[in-house]
Amino acid sequence: MISRRALLLGGLQVGIAGTLMWRLRDMQLNQAEQFHLLAEENRINLRLLPPVRGLIYDRNGVLVAGNEQNYRAVMKRDDAGDIDLVLDRLSQLIPLSDEDIARARNDMLRNRPFVPVTVAERLSWEEISRIAANAPALPGVTPEMGLSRHYPLDHDMAHVVGYVGPVSERDLADLETPDPVLMIPRFQIGKSGVERVQENRLRGRAGSQRVEVNAVGRVMRELDRVEGSPGGNLHLTIDARLQNYALERLHGHSGAAVVLDVTNGDILALASGPSFNPNLFVRGISTSDFSSLLENEFRPLVNKTVQGLYPPGSTFKMVTALAALEDSVTDGQERVFCPGHMDISGHRFHCWRRGGHGRVNMTSALSESCDVYFYEMAQRCGIDKINAMSTRLGLGVRYELPITSVSAGLNPSREWKQRNRNAAWRVGDTVNASIGQGYVLTSPLQLAVMTARLATNKAVLPRLLRDPTEQAERVAADLDLRPEWLRLIRRGMAETVNDQRGTAYSSRIVGEGQVMAGKTGTSQVFSITRAEREAGIRRQEDLPWNRRNHALFVDFAPMDDPKYAVAVVIEHGGGGSSTAAPIGRDITLAALHDGKVPPLASYPSPQRNRIRAEQEELEERLRQPEALRISRA
Amino acid sequence: MSYLEYNTKRMPSGLSKVLYLNWPLVALLTLVAGYGVVMLYSIAGGNAQPWAEPQARRFVFGLVLMFIVAFMPIWIWRSVAGVAYVVTLLLLVGVEFFGTIGMGAKRWLVIGPVRMQPSELAKVTTIMALAAYYDLLDMKKVSRPLWVLLAALIAIIPALLVLRQPDLGTAMLITLGGGVVIFAAGVHWGYFAALIGTGVGLVTTVLQSRGTDWQILQDYQYRRIDSFLDPTLDPLGAGYHVNQSMIALGSGGWSGRGFMEGTQARLNFLPEKHTDFIFTTLAEEFGFVGASSLLILYMLVIGVCLLSAFNTTNRFASLVTLGIAGTFFLYFAVNMAMVMGLAPVVGVPLPLVSYGGSAMIVLMFGFGLVQSAHIHRARLPS
Repeated sequence: MISRRALLLGGLQVGIAGTLMWRLRDMQLNQAEQFHLLAEENRINLRLLPPVRGLIYDRNGVLVAGNEQNYRAVMKRDDAGDIDLVLDRLSQLIPLSDEDIARARNDMLRNRPFVPVTVAERLSWEEISRIAANAPALPGVTPEMGLSRHYPLDHDMAHVVGYVGPVSERDLADLETPDPVLMIPRFQIGKSGVERVQENRLRGRAGSQRVEVNAVGRVMRELDRVEGSPGGNLHLTIDARLQNYALERLHGHSGAAVVLDVTNGDILALASGPSFNPNLFVRGISTSDFSSLLENEFRPLVNKTVQGLYPPGSTFKMVTALAALEDSVTDGQERVFCPGHMDISGHRFHCWRRGGHGRVNMTSALSESCDVYFYEMAQRCGIDKINAMSTRLGLGVRYELPITSVSAGLNPSREWKQRNRNAAWRVGDTVNASIGQGYVLTSPLQLAVMTARLATNKAVLPRLLRDPTEQAERVAADLDLRPEWLRLIRRGMAETVNDQRGTAYSSRIVGEGQVMAGKTGTSQVFSITRAEREAGIRRQEDLPWNRRNHALFVDFAPMDDPKYAVAVVIEHGGGGSSTAAPIGRDITLAALHDGKVPPLASYPSPQRNRIRAEQEELEERLRQPEALRISRA
Repeated sequence: MSYLEYNTKRMPSGLSKVLYLNWPLVALLTLVAGYGVVMLYSIAGGNAQPWAEPQARRFVFGLVLMFIVAFMPIWIWRSVAGVAYVVTLLLLVGVEFFGTIGMGAKRWLVIGPVRMQPSELAKVTTIMALAAYYDLLDMKKVSRPLWVLLAALIAIIPALLVLRQPDLGTAMLITLGGGVVIFAAGVHWGYFAALIGTGVGLVTTVLQSRGTDWQILQDYQYRRIDSFLDPTLDPLGAGYHVNQSMIALGSGGWSGRGFMEGTQARLNFLPEKHTDFIFTTLAEEFGFVGASSLLILYMLVIGVCLLSAFNTTNRFASLVTLGIAGTFFLYFAVNMAMVMGLAPVVGVPLPLVSYGGSAMIVLMFGFGLVQSAHIHRARLPS
């Protein structure tokens, strides 16, 4: 009996053992590959190595945008377990605000559990050491060292270079096939300016690293590593020192200043004041800082050099003059009588000088900025000629520049008005346009380009990036304006600054080879109403700031062999000759002196005491030379 | 098999008993334990500490124990079987009142310097008691209900006490080990059919009790049942062990990833890699070759025991041998089924291979009984 039952037991056991053997065979031989894969997935983590972002230099090799070391604490939800507990412990080791904790918590809960989230950035070495030392109590938290964008020149280049920020959901949505590197937590991409437009050149290619991790995610060893390549460096045409000077010279105003090298279109300065500190945005700007930037009536976030559009006022008169010359409706020598106003189709158009200029020719009309002369010329040649000349001089054209929000301005025409205002063009519109009012809108950069074209008779195009390996200088196409026309225009501009009757005479430059030629402009934002006039308001200073006239000034220098073209626009500055022209002169002189504070000898002697006081005040704000050290060989 | 053709008419005595030992069994057990020591060495990253060396020492101690038990005549063991059983029951009751708690269960009893797990002891003493019971029982009465009920109670009472600790795995092993002896003793088929029916009913009841006031098992045991039914349900929680274990096992392939090269074990993906899940590490590092060879060794142990049982005319000796072999089989079969995802994770170690003292000592004691039965199979007072 026992033997039989024992045999049965043995048989049963062999049967079960056979089942186990079959299962073993099935798993280890048939499904081995699949399980092997799972084991590899378990142990191998693919990590992306963020590329080093390309550096941005100014034209001389001064670092404008660089990378600085950034220690941060990164946390993964699935390794942390109880994230509230871990965050609480972490907050005892490093300073974490409630806002930081709430943000980290949200990020972790919103993302998939294995996505690492940056909890704290810009930690000190001591803080990061504390985290590393307490690692066992902080599951899921890893100290990491990375690079973060830094702008050593703070607000000087904010509008040109822009800034970077962590990739947002919207950035990812905009891309069809996002670069996997963008999934790295808090990876920085360009948000505005050159940083944004040149993102692909600056970003570089991510490397990758395969590491073996244990069950709790700790890296045991590196299996292999493919190095990425750093992003390309960029060289701006901007001269950091001149830019700094221009921006500081705009201090106290809301305005823009542009300096062009007329020989090649290089933008030497592109200052929009007031500016902002881009480093604040890189670090994540606080709500209060951001709203104070938004609420500032000087609009620091707007790049007024390319984005700001202003009626050019009298700086537009060169366009009207050239249009008349080209249309042969005047020879330029012809004199027109200015009684102080002109009646056109039942409406009285005033000259800015109530008493009139008397008999003026083209040169004196420019230098004394007589309005009636240009009303007359505009009526003779018509809006079509003005429009064409305007385009030829670079107005109403959107330039291809590697910065965001470049505006085209507005160069009005009959078609434009029909399309956008649904009304026929009227003579009054032409008359308004002749002196840069009405529909005409230009950006400061466009005015600088116009001036450069007038100075060179070349179709100068602005550029912001230079290729240091490029040997041959780019030569702009000829503009083909008759030299005798340009001689008239330039004489008018020269007299504006250097003739006693010129509107910018008080802003003239003295000294060999530095003399400039320019044109002032004052453009109306609001007409002074009859009620106001009767109430006694006659002077701009009596008006609230945002209703005062814009002040404009364009110039080129040296007059005999032009090198620089400058445009200055001061929002609600009052008058071109009183506000914009002195700033334009200073910036022109700074350009002539490599961005340094100009010598007093360049100023007319009666002004030198006042200028000296102004310069001393300015020098306190200017960046010290050691901050503008050349860091590239 | 020549070694079985000894002159069984002559009862060995004194040192000559050494010659009559079941040496193939000794060799097989040593080989199996060797697998364990090698794996423990590998899991420790190529170190004898903290597991391999103590395990080797313990095995040597177990061998000595086995020899001592083996050299004592089998009838002595039969006469102490009843006492041993009653003492075991008392100890189990003692655990209930004075036991120390570890790992969520009350299993240990500390008496002076001795720290023991009476539940492990129960595995062997229950088998001894049942074997002695059937040795004394008239063959005609074997299948009578009252006598079957008595035998069933002998198996179930310690099992129930162990279940209360709670220790599902051991309780199951005790019951099934007792069942093997009762089956081998020749109890009528019908009882087993009824038992299986009852078992199914019991399982249903246990599952039904979940979440009610009279919940029979602990929550963690229910979770184990859930994760058994679908390990993918919660890969990071309850099912984690089985999933990681299957990955390790499957990734071994034909010849494994090599000694000390198992990534799942070395990188801590495997839980309990030195105890209940040691088979996975073996399968990962030595592949199908290593894993199936251990299974074959285990089956050879069973085979040797069965042969020994066939060749003894003594009822107690043969029943004890079959009972110990059955328990040993249950150990490795349940453990392997568990790590291969065929059975719930109930905490049954791989016999002689998993790191751990109690189970090994008790098993070696059991194999001592098998050896004693083998040595003294010739002549017994009747």
